[in-house]
Amino acid sequence: MTEASRNRKYRIVHYVNQFFGGVGGEEKADIEPFTIQGPQGPGRLLEKLFREENADVEIVATVVCGDSYFADNQEDVLREQIPVIRGYHPDLVVAGPAFNAGRYGMACGAICQALEPLGIPSITAMYKENPGLDQYRKTVLIVESADTVSGMDDAVRKMVRLGIKRLRGEKIESPKAEGCFEQGIRQNYFHEEPAYRRAIDMLLQKIKGDSFETEYPIPFFDRVEPQPALTDLKGVTIALVTSGGIVPTGNPDHIESSSASKYGKYSLEGLTTLETNNHQSAHGGYDNTYANEDPNRVLPIDMMRKLEKALGFKVHPWYYATVGNGTSVGNAQKFAKEIAVEMIRDGVQAVILTST
Amino acid sequence: MAHVCSIITISQTVGANRIIPSVAIPHPLGNPKLPPEEEKELRRDLLKKALDALQTPIEEQTVFS
Repeated sequence: MTEASRNRKYRIVHYVNQFFGGVGGEEKADIEPFTIQGPQGPGRLLEKLFREENADVEIVATVVCGDSYFADNQEDVLREQIPVIRGYHPDLVVAGPAFNAGRYGMACGAICQALEPLGIPSITAMYKENPGLDQYRKTVLIVESADTVSGMDDAVRKMVRLGIKRLRGEKIESPKAEGCFEQGIRQNYFHEEPAYRRAIDMLLQKIKGDSFETEYPIPFFDRVEPQPALTDLKGVTIALVTSGGIVPTGNPDHIESSSASKYGKYSLEGLTTLETNNHQSAHGGYDNTYANEDPNRVLPIDMMRKLEKALGFKVHPWYYATVGNGTSVGNAQKFAKEIAVEMIRDGVQAVILTST
Repeated sequence: MAHVCSIITISQTVGANRIIPSVAIPHPLGNPKLPPEEEKELRRDLLKKALDALQTPIEEQTVFS
Protein backbone atom coordinates (compact mmCIF):
# COMPACT_ATOMS: atom_id res chain seq x y z
CA MET A 1 0.00 0.00 0.00
CA THR A 2 1.39 3.43 -0.90
CA GLU A 3 2.07 6.18 1.64
CA ALA A 4 -0.72 8.22 0.12
CA SER A 5 -3.33 5.53 0.60
CA ARG A 6 -2.06 4.77 4.12
CA ASN A 7 -2.73 8.38 5.02
CA ARG A 8 -6.08 8.94 3.37
CA LYS A 9 -9.31 9.16 5.31
CA TYR A 10 -10.97 5.76 5.73
CA ARG A 11 -14.74 5.49 5.34
CA ILE A 12 -16.52 3.33 7.89
CA VAL A 13 -20.13 2.22 8.09
CA HIS A 14 -21.34 1.10 11.51
CA TYR A 15 -24.22 -1.34 12.14
CA VAL A 16 -26.09 -1.19 15.46
CA ASN A 17 -29.38 -2.37 16.93
CA GLN A 18 -32.33 -0.32 18.15
CA PHE A 19 -30.82 0.23 21.59
CA PHE A 20 -27.40 1.49 20.50
CA GLY A 21 -29.05 3.36 17.65
CA GLY A 22 -30.79 5.48 20.26
CA VAL A 23 -34.34 4.39 19.35
CA GLY A 24 -35.32 2.44 22.43
CA GLY A 25 -35.16 -0.83 24.28
CA GLU A 26 -36.78 -4.22 23.78
CA GLU A 27 -40.14 -2.61 22.95
CA LYS A 28 -38.50 -1.22 19.81
CA ALA A 29 -36.86 -4.49 18.72
CA ASP A 30 -39.27 -4.69 15.80
CA ILE A 31 -38.21 -1.44 14.11
CA GLU A 32 -37.34 -1.59 10.42
CA PRO A 33 -33.82 -0.69 9.31
CA PHE A 34 -32.91 2.95 8.67
CA THR A 35 -29.72 4.94 8.22
CA ILE A 36 -28.27 7.82 10.24
CA GLN A 37 -25.65 10.02 8.59
CA GLY A 38 -22.48 9.94 10.65
CA PRO A 39 -21.78 8.14 13.92
CA GLN A 40 -24.37 7.24 16.57
CA GLY A 41 -23.97 5.96 20.12
CA PRO A 42 -20.84 3.79 20.40
CA GLY A 43 -19.85 4.97 16.92
CA ARG A 44 -18.58 8.16 18.50
CA LEU A 45 -16.24 6.19 20.75
CA LEU A 46 -15.20 4.11 17.76
CA GLU A 47 -14.23 7.21 15.75
CA LYS A 48 -12.38 8.70 18.70
CA LEU A 49 -10.32 5.56 19.37
CA PHE A 50 -9.44 5.10 15.70
CA ARG A 51 -8.07 8.64 15.66
CA GLU A 52 -6.12 7.98 18.86
CA GLU A 53 -4.41 5.16 16.98
CA ASN A 54 -3.55 7.65 14.22
CA ALA A 55 -5.99 6.18 11.75
CA ASP A 56 -7.88 8.94 10.04
CA VAL A 57 -11.41 7.59 9.79
CA GLU A 58 -14.89 8.93 9.31
CA ILE A 59 -17.98 6.99 10.19
CA VAL A 60 -19.99 8.07 7.20
CA ALA A 61 -23.17 6.29 8.17
CA THR A 62 -24.79 4.18 10.88
CA VAL A 63 -27.30 1.53 9.85
CA VAL A 64 -29.81 0.75 12.60
CA CYS A 65 -32.17 -2.23 12.72
CA GLY A 66 -34.38 -3.76 15.41
CA ASP A 67 -33.04 -7.08 16.70
CA SER A 68 -36.36 -8.90 16.31
CA TYR A 69 -37.03 -7.35 12.90
CA PHE A 70 -33.66 -8.61 11.69
CA ALA A 71 -34.26 -12.09 13.10
CA ASP A 72 -37.72 -12.31 11.50
CA ASN A 73 -36.76 -10.79 8.14
CA GLN A 74 -33.10 -11.62 7.69
CA GLU A 75 -33.20 -12.31 3.96
CA ASP A 76 -35.10 -9.12 3.17
CA VAL A 77 -32.93 -6.98 5.45
CA LEU A 78 -29.71 -8.28 3.88
CA ARG A 79 -31.08 -7.90 0.39
CA GLU A 80 -32.03 -4.28 1.04
CA GLN A 81 -29.33 -3.08 3.42
CA ILE A 82 -26.17 -4.59 1.92
CA PRO A 83 -26.58 -2.36 -1.17
CA VAL A 84 -27.26 0.58 1.15
CA ILE A 85 -23.98 -0.13 2.96
CA ARG A 86 -22.14 -0.59 -0.33
CA GLY A 87 -23.51 2.72 -1.54
CA TYR A 88 -21.38 4.48 1.08
CA HIS A 89 -18.21 2.89 -0.39
CA PRO A 90 -16.92 1.85 3.03
CA ASP A 91 -13.33 0.72 3.56
CA LEU A 92 -14.48 -1.16 6.64
CA VAL A 93 -17.79 -2.09 8.21
CA VAL A 94 -18.04 -2.37 12.00
CA ALA A 95 -21.00 -4.22 13.55
CA GLY A 96 -21.88 -4.07 17.27
CA PRO A 97 -20.33 -4.81 19.78
CA ALA A 98 -23.18 -7.21 20.54
CA PHE A 99 -21.90 -8.45 23.93
CA ASN A 100 -24.21 -11.29 24.99
CA ALA A 101 -27.30 -10.14 23.08
CA GLY A 102 -28.13 -13.22 21.01
CA ARG A 103 -30.25 -11.70 18.23
CA TYR A 104 -27.87 -8.76 17.93
CA GLY A 105 -24.85 -11.09 17.65
CA MET A 106 -26.59 -13.14 14.98
CA ALA A 107 -27.42 -9.96 13.03
CA CYS A 108 -23.85 -8.61 13.27
CA GLY A 109 -22.48 -11.95 12.11
CA ALA A 110 -24.92 -12.18 9.22
CA ILE A 111 -24.10 -8.69 7.98
CA CYS A 112 -20.33 -9.22 8.16
CA GLN A 113 -20.63 -12.56 6.41
CA ALA A 114 -22.73 -11.06 3.61
CA LEU A 115 -20.05 -8.45 2.99
CA GLU A 116 -17.19 -10.95 2.65
CA PRO A 117 -17.85 -12.02 -0.96
CA LEU A 118 -18.14 -8.34 -1.93
CA GLY A 119 -14.59 -7.75 -0.72
CA ILE A 120 -15.69 -5.34 2.00
CA PRO A 121 -13.70 -6.05 5.19
CA SER A 122 -15.70 -6.09 8.40
CA ILE A 123 -15.32 -6.70 12.09
CA THR A 124 -17.68 -7.33 14.96
CA ALA A 125 -17.46 -8.18 18.68
CA MET A 126 -19.42 -10.40 21.03
CA TYR A 127 -19.24 -12.47 24.19
CA LYS A 128 -18.03 -16.07 24.01
CA GLU A 129 -21.51 -17.48 24.71
CA ASN A 130 -23.28 -15.43 22.07
CA PRO A 131 -24.86 -17.88 19.57
CA GLY A 132 -23.59 -15.56 16.82
CA LEU A 133 -20.07 -16.74 17.63
CA ASP A 134 -20.55 -20.42 16.85
CA GLN A 135 -22.62 -19.57 13.81
CA TYR A 136 -20.24 -17.08 12.18
CA ARG A 137 -16.75 -17.47 13.63
CA LYS A 138 -15.40 -19.39 10.65
CA THR A 139 -16.10 -16.64 8.13
CA VAL A 140 -16.27 -13.48 10.24
CA LEU A 141 -13.55 -11.85 12.34
CA ILE A 142 -15.08 -11.58 15.82
CA VAL A 143 -13.47 -9.72 18.69
CA GLU A 144 -14.01 -11.19 22.16
CA SER A 145 -16.01 -8.85 24.36
CA ALA A 146 -17.38 -8.96 27.87
CA ASP A 147 -20.97 -10.02 28.32
CA THR A 148 -22.32 -6.57 29.17
CA VAL A 149 -22.03 -2.95 28.10
CA SER A 150 -19.53 -2.36 30.91
CA GLY A 151 -17.00 -3.91 28.52
CA MET A 152 -17.70 -1.35 25.77
CA ASP A 153 -14.37 0.45 25.98
CA ASP A 154 -12.31 -2.74 25.88
CA ALA A 155 -14.34 -4.18 23.01
CA VAL A 156 -14.14 -1.05 20.90
CA ARG A 157 -10.40 -0.74 21.50
CA LYS A 158 -9.83 -4.26 20.23
CA MET A 159 -12.13 -3.69 17.24
CA VAL A 160 -10.17 -0.55 16.40
CA ARG A 161 -6.78 -2.30 16.52
CA LEU A 162 -7.96 -5.25 14.47
CA GLY A 163 -9.97 -2.95 12.21
CA ILE A 164 -6.81 -1.04 11.36
CA LYS A 165 -5.09 -4.30 10.46
CA ARG A 166 -7.96 -5.15 8.15
CA LEU A 167 -7.84 -1.68 6.58
CA ARG A 168 -4.12 -2.00 5.94
CA GLY A 169 -4.35 -5.61 4.80
CA GLU A 170 -2.12 -6.76 7.65
CA LYS A 171 -2.22 -10.34 8.93
CA ILE A 172 -3.77 -11.33 12.22
CA GLU A 173 -0.86 -13.04 13.94
CA SER A 174 -2.32 -14.71 16.96
CA PRO A 175 -6.06 -14.50 17.65
CA LYS A 176 -5.79 -15.00 21.40
CA ALA A 177 -3.09 -12.38 21.78
CA GLU A 178 -4.94 -9.89 19.61
CA GLY A 179 -8.27 -10.32 21.41
CA CYS A 180 -10.39 -12.10 18.82
CA PHE A 181 -11.76 -15.62 18.57
CA GLU A 182 -9.96 -18.32 16.62
CA GLN A 183 -11.51 -18.90 13.24
CA GLY A 184 -10.19 -22.37 12.67
CA ILE A 185 -7.87 -21.12 9.92
CA ARG A 186 -4.70 -23.16 9.66
CA GLN A 187 -1.53 -21.49 8.50
CA ASN A 188 1.41 -23.66 7.49
CA TYR A 189 4.86 -22.80 8.77
CA PHE A 190 8.15 -24.63 9.35
CA HIS A 191 8.93 -25.40 12.98
CA GLU A 192 12.63 -25.76 13.90
CA GLU A 193 11.92 -29.02 15.74
CA PRO A 194 10.45 -31.91 13.73
CA ALA A 195 7.03 -33.14 14.87
CA TYR A 196 8.22 -36.49 16.24
CA ARG A 197 10.60 -34.72 18.65
CA ARG A 198 7.91 -32.31 19.81
CA ALA A 199 5.49 -35.21 20.33
CA ILE A 200 7.98 -37.17 22.43
CA ASP A 201 8.87 -34.08 24.47
CA MET A 202 5.17 -33.44 25.12
CA LEU A 203 4.59 -37.07 26.11
CA LEU A 204 7.53 -37.00 28.52
CA GLN A 205 6.17 -33.84 30.13
CA LYS A 206 2.75 -35.48 30.47
CA ILE A 207 4.24 -38.62 32.03
CA LYS A 208 6.31 -36.56 34.46
CA GLY A 209 3.15 -34.70 35.47
CA ASP A 210 4.52 -31.39 34.18
CA SER A 211 2.17 -28.95 32.51
CA PHE A 212 2.16 -28.90 28.72
CA GLU A 213 0.21 -27.12 26.03
CA THR A 214 -1.38 -29.02 23.20
CA GLU A 215 -0.56 -27.74 19.73
CA TYR A 216 -4.05 -28.55 18.51
CA PRO A 217 -7.06 -28.46 20.86
CA ILE A 218 -9.70 -30.88 19.65
CA PRO A 219 -13.01 -28.94 19.28
CA PHE A 220 -15.88 -30.32 21.32
CA PHE A 221 -19.39 -29.91 19.98
CA ASP A 222 -22.08 -31.10 22.32
CA ARG A 223 -24.66 -33.18 20.46
CA VAL A 224 -27.19 -35.71 21.64
CA GLU A 225 -28.48 -38.70 19.68
CA PRO A 226 -32.12 -38.09 18.71
CA GLN A 227 -34.50 -39.95 21.00
CA PRO A 228 -36.48 -42.72 19.31
CA ALA A 229 -39.93 -41.52 18.25
CA LEU A 230 -43.00 -42.12 20.39
CA THR A 231 -45.05 -44.88 18.80
CA ASP A 232 -48.34 -43.63 20.15
CA LEU A 233 -49.60 -40.66 22.16
CA LYS A 234 -52.26 -42.53 24.16
CA GLY A 235 -51.39 -42.57 27.83
CA VAL A 236 -48.05 -40.82 27.29
CA THR A 237 -47.16 -38.17 29.89
CA ILE A 238 -45.96 -34.99 28.20
CA ALA A 239 -44.48 -32.08 30.13
CA LEU A 240 -44.31 -28.43 29.19
CA VAL A 241 -41.11 -26.49 29.81
CA THR A 242 -40.39 -22.92 28.80
CA SER A 243 -37.41 -20.59 28.61
CA GLY A 244 -39.86 -17.76 27.95
CA GLY A 245 -40.12 -16.92 31.62
CA ILE A 246 -43.83 -17.63 32.22
CA VAL A 247 -44.34 -17.67 36.01
CA PRO A 248 -47.20 -17.15 38.45
CA THR A 249 -47.97 -13.45 38.88
CA GLY A 250 -45.48 -11.80 41.18
CA ASN A 251 -42.67 -14.16 40.15
CA PRO A 252 -42.69 -15.87 43.55
CA ASP A 253 -39.28 -17.48 43.07
CA HIS A 254 -37.75 -14.21 41.86
CA ILE A 255 -36.34 -15.69 38.68
CA GLU A 256 -34.04 -13.03 37.28
CA SER A 257 -35.05 -11.26 34.07
CA SER A 258 -31.53 -11.86 32.75
CA SER A 259 -28.75 -14.29 33.66
CA ALA A 260 -31.20 -16.52 35.55
CA SER A 261 -29.61 -18.40 38.39
CA LYS A 262 -32.64 -20.64 38.91
CA TYR A 263 -35.75 -22.20 37.40
CA GLY A 264 -39.22 -22.67 38.82
CA LYS A 265 -41.57 -25.64 39.01
CA TYR A 266 -45.23 -24.68 38.91
CA SER A 267 -48.51 -26.56 39.14
CA LEU A 268 -50.87 -27.01 36.21
CA GLU A 269 -53.24 -29.12 38.31
CA GLY A 270 -56.80 -28.20 37.41
CA LEU A 271 -55.72 -25.40 35.05
CA THR A 272 -57.22 -25.32 31.58
CA THR A 273 -55.68 -21.98 30.71
CA LEU A 274 -53.34 -19.27 31.99
CA GLU A 275 -54.70 -15.78 32.49
CA THR A 276 -53.28 -12.30 32.67
CA ASN A 277 -54.33 -12.01 36.30
CA ASN A 278 -52.59 -15.17 37.47
CA HIS A 279 -49.49 -15.54 35.27
CA GLN A 280 -46.90 -13.23 33.74
CA SER A 281 -43.61 -13.20 31.90
CA ALA A 282 -40.45 -12.49 33.89
CA HIS A 283 -38.20 -12.53 30.81
CA GLY A 284 -36.24 -9.33 30.23
CA GLY A 285 -35.18 -10.14 26.66
CA TYR A 286 -38.40 -9.61 24.74
CA ASP A 287 -41.41 -7.31 24.82
CA ASN A 288 -43.69 -8.97 27.40
CA THR A 289 -46.89 -7.21 26.31
CA TYR A 290 -48.34 -10.14 24.36
CA ALA A 291 -47.22 -12.82 26.81
CA ASN A 292 -48.70 -10.88 29.73
CA GLU A 293 -51.99 -10.40 27.87
CA ASP A 294 -52.23 -14.12 27.24
CA PRO A 295 -49.55 -16.34 28.78
CA ASN A 296 -50.80 -19.28 26.67
CA ARG A 297 -48.92 -17.62 23.82
CA VAL A 298 -45.68 -18.81 25.48
CA LEU A 299 -46.86 -21.64 27.73
CA PRO A 300 -49.67 -23.15 25.65
CA ILE A 301 -51.63 -25.04 28.32
CA ASP A 302 -55.05 -24.03 26.92
CA MET A 303 -54.65 -25.89 23.64
CA MET A 304 -52.57 -28.65 25.26
CA ARG A 305 -55.65 -29.44 27.39
CA LYS A 306 -57.85 -29.58 24.27
CA LEU A 307 -55.34 -31.86 22.53
CA GLU A 308 -55.04 -33.94 25.70
CA LYS A 309 -58.77 -34.68 25.49
CA ALA A 310 -58.71 -35.30 21.75
CA LEU A 311 -55.56 -37.43 21.50
CA GLY A 312 -55.46 -39.24 24.84
CA PHE A 313 -52.05 -38.22 26.21
CA LYS A 314 -51.58 -36.79 29.71
CA VAL A 315 -50.22 -33.33 30.48
CA HIS A 316 -47.74 -33.58 33.34
CA PRO A 317 -49.19 -31.63 36.29
CA TRP A 318 -46.00 -29.56 36.69
CA TYR A 319 -44.36 -27.18 34.27
CA TYR A 320 -40.81 -25.87 34.54
CA ALA A 321 -39.82 -22.35 33.64
CA THR A 322 -36.75 -20.23 33.51
CA VAL A 323 -35.69 -17.08 31.72
CA GLY A 324 -33.54 -17.82 28.69
CA ASN A 325 -32.03 -14.35 28.48
CA GLY A 326 -28.25 -14.38 28.75
CA THR A 327 -28.51 -17.60 30.74
CA SER A 328 -25.03 -19.03 31.15
CA VAL A 329 -24.46 -22.30 29.33
CA GLY A 330 -23.26 -23.81 32.60
CA ASN A 331 -26.47 -22.90 34.42
CA ALA A 332 -28.66 -24.05 31.54
CA GLN A 333 -26.97 -27.45 31.61
CA LYS A 334 -27.36 -27.65 35.39
CA PHE A 335 -31.08 -26.82 35.21
CA ALA A 336 -31.64 -29.36 32.45
CA LYS A 337 -29.90 -32.15 34.36
CA GLU A 338 -31.94 -31.52 37.51
CA ILE A 339 -35.23 -31.18 35.64
CA ALA A 340 -34.61 -34.28 33.53
CA VAL A 341 -33.82 -36.46 36.55
CA GLU A 342 -37.00 -35.31 38.28
CA MET A 343 -39.13 -35.79 35.18
CA ILE A 344 -37.85 -39.31 34.61
CA ARG A 345 -38.59 -40.13 38.24
CA ASP A 346 -42.11 -38.73 37.82
CA GLY A 347 -42.86 -40.76 34.69
CA VAL A 348 -42.63 -37.98 32.07
CA GLN A 349 -42.04 -39.51 28.65
CA ALA A 350 -41.82 -36.46 26.38
CA VAL A 351 -41.31 -32.72 26.63
CA ILE A 352 -42.43 -29.75 24.61
CA LEU A 353 -40.02 -26.87 25.23
CA THR A 354 -41.15 -23.42 24.16
CA SER A 355 -38.69 -20.58 23.62
CA THR A 356 -39.07 -16.94 22.67
CA MET B 1 -38.25 -33.38 23.24
CA ALA B 2 -39.70 -31.01 20.69
CA HIS B 3 -38.36 -27.43 20.67
CA VAL B 4 -40.89 -24.84 19.59
CA CYS B 5 -38.82 -21.71 19.05
CA SER B 6 -38.45 -18.53 17.06
CA ILE B 7 -34.80 -18.55 16.03
CA ILE B 8 -34.11 -21.89 14.39
CA THR B 9 -30.40 -21.30 13.89
CA ILE B 10 -29.87 -20.87 17.63
CA SER B 11 -31.76 -24.10 18.34
CA GLN B 12 -29.62 -25.93 15.78
CA THR B 13 -26.41 -24.49 17.16
CA VAL B 14 -27.16 -25.61 20.72
CA GLY B 15 -28.13 -29.07 19.49
CA ALA B 16 -31.91 -29.56 19.62
CA ASN B 17 -32.96 -32.50 17.46
CA ARG B 18 -36.68 -31.90 16.84
CA ILE B 19 -37.24 -28.24 16.04
CA ILE B 20 -40.56 -26.53 15.26
CA PRO B 21 -40.44 -22.91 14.04
CA SER B 22 -42.76 -20.70 16.05
CA VAL B 23 -44.67 -17.54 15.10
CA ALA B 24 -42.52 -14.74 16.55
CA ILE B 25 -40.24 -13.93 19.47
CA PRO B 26 -42.74 -12.10 21.72
CA HIS B 27 -45.54 -14.59 20.96
CA PRO B 28 -44.16 -17.95 19.78
CA LEU B 29 -47.50 -19.75 20.03
CA GLY B 30 -49.83 -16.88 19.26
CA ASN B 31 -50.56 -13.96 17.01
CA PRO B 32 -52.20 -10.93 18.60
CA LYS B 33 -53.22 -9.66 15.16
CA LEU B 34 -55.63 -12.59 14.75
CA PRO B 35 -59.12 -12.84 16.27
CA PRO B 36 -59.00 -15.03 19.42
CA GLU B 37 -60.56 -18.14 17.88
CA GLU B 38 -58.14 -18.11 14.95
CA GLU B 39 -55.23 -17.54 17.30
CA LYS B 40 -56.24 -20.62 19.28
CA GLU B 41 -56.42 -22.66 16.08
CA LEU B 42 -52.91 -21.44 15.20
CA ARG B 43 -51.67 -22.52 18.62
CA ARG B 44 -53.35 -25.87 18.31
CA ASP B 45 -51.79 -26.45 14.87
CA LEU B 46 -48.31 -25.60 16.15
CA LEU B 47 -48.72 -27.95 19.09
CA LYS B 48 -50.01 -30.64 16.75
CA LYS B 49 -46.81 -30.21 14.73
CA ALA B 50 -44.76 -30.61 17.88
CA LEU B 51 -46.66 -33.76 18.84
CA ASP B 52 -46.18 -35.15 15.33
CA ALA B 53 -42.47 -34.40 15.56
CA LEU B 54 -42.29 -36.43 18.78
CA GLN B 55 -43.75 -39.37 16.87
CA THR B 56 -41.39 -39.03 13.89
CA PRO B 57 -38.22 -41.16 13.84
CA ILE B 58 -35.18 -39.07 12.86
CA GLU B 59 -31.46 -39.66 12.45
CA GLU B 60 -30.25 -36.09 12.76
CA GLN B 61 -31.37 -32.60 13.72
CA THR B 62 -34.63 -31.94 11.91
CA VAL B 63 -36.71 -28.78 11.44
CA PHE B 64 -40.42 -29.59 11.19
CA SER B 65 -41.77 -26.59 9.28
